[in-house]
Amino acid sequence: MRAQKSLFSFLLLGTFATYALYLQQFTQSRANAPVILEKNLVVPRMPTQQMPMQAPMMRGLYRDGTYLGSNADAYYGNVQVKAVIQDGKITDVQFLDHPKDQSNSIVVNEYAMPRLKTEAIRAQRATVDVVSGATATSRAFVQSLTAALAQAKN
Amino acid sequence: MGMPITVEIVGPETHDDLFALVFNYFISIDDQFSVYKKTSEISKINQGLVQEADYSKDMKLVFALSEETRELTDGYFDIHRPDGSIDPSGLVKGWSIYNAAKLLKEKGVENFFVEAGGDIAVLGKNERRESWTVGIRNPFKLDEIVKVVSLKDEGIATSGTYLRGQHIYNPFNKDQSITDIVSLTVIGPNVYEADRFATAAFAMGKAGIAFIEQLTDFEGYQIDKDGIATMTSHFERYTKSYV
Repeated sequence: MRAQKSLFSFLLLGTFATYALYLQQFTQSRANAPVILEKNLVVPRMPTQQMPMQAPMMRGLYRDGTYLGSNADAYYGNVQVKAVIQDGKITDVQFLDHPKDQSNSIVVNEYAMPRLKTEAIRAQRATVDVVSGATATSRAFVQSLTAALAQAKN
Repeated sequence: MGMPITVEIVGPETHDDLFALVFNYFISIDDQFSVYKKTSEISKINQGLVQEADYSKDMKLVFALSEETRELTDGYFDIHRPDGSIDPSGLVKGWSIYNAAKLLKEKGVENFFVEAGGDIAVLGKNERRESWTVGIRNPFKLDEIVKVVSLKDEGIATSGTYLRGQHIYNPFNKDQSITDIVSLTVIGPNVYEADRFATAAFAMGKAGIAFIEQLTDFEGYQIDKDGIATMTSHFERYTKSYV
């Protein structure tokens, strides 16, 4: 049905050994929640800390417990993974919801955020015919309009 | 609506009657749609005094257009406020300018602009017989412009907040005002379309410019809280530089 890429997170454990933590994509679908990641979303790889390389699947070398991967900034949302270790093995990996702006992430994913040109704004020395800008609404609208009409009538 | 209105008509004769036509139209729009006027139709609706079947034709139309816009923007455009009241000004502004421009066209006017609250409809040429030039206001220094665009008959609308100004919130997270961007200008086929999508896109925060990018025939210029602007791929078709 839906292609699922597996997402595993390997944890950074202290003391004797450190292990690389890899973050890949996965799509998760629940009955009453929107899909959080579409396959277009590029999730940056977690900063990896390479250690004296032994195979990543280090069975038995994980300490039991629940561990949170660090928050990775996926541009418009945070990606964080929780892994549960039991009997030295990873028994569960959960993708944690974005703390907020979840909908923004969905919109961006659907519209495939392109690389757009950016610039620092700079004052332009020009006379223009009219200006477009956000304006504060004014409760004096009717008065100012009446005054303008009075002028126009002259 | 509560905003200043500017109309400029280029032509050899004086046009008092045409200005009156446009301003009277805006007064009637204000009487119907201003949430600041207790006697407006929308205020009475918000007070529960009017049945939906008794809404005026224009009110029904605005509600229908608002619902269409809400669907087109995945809910980011929504005339329902957090307190449950309805404020259609994010659509009415552009829609009423569009109608005012139509009134002038029907009277045979070929060179004009109509501006209300920073949104503008243009047609023809200015008095120098050049395309109308529109400046985008610097959100941080209100007497400066940071971009100049040249338009033929497009519409342009800017959504935004000023520092310490009004708050626009994310309909999906009503406790959260949009703070990462301060201004989003949209150029579109007409000012009604430009305004409704500028309103919706602004509520998306920094993702708003991506929304405009994927709309055909619309270009945008977004300014974030740090004064960095992001523009859509073909926005520079409209620009001139005057540094």
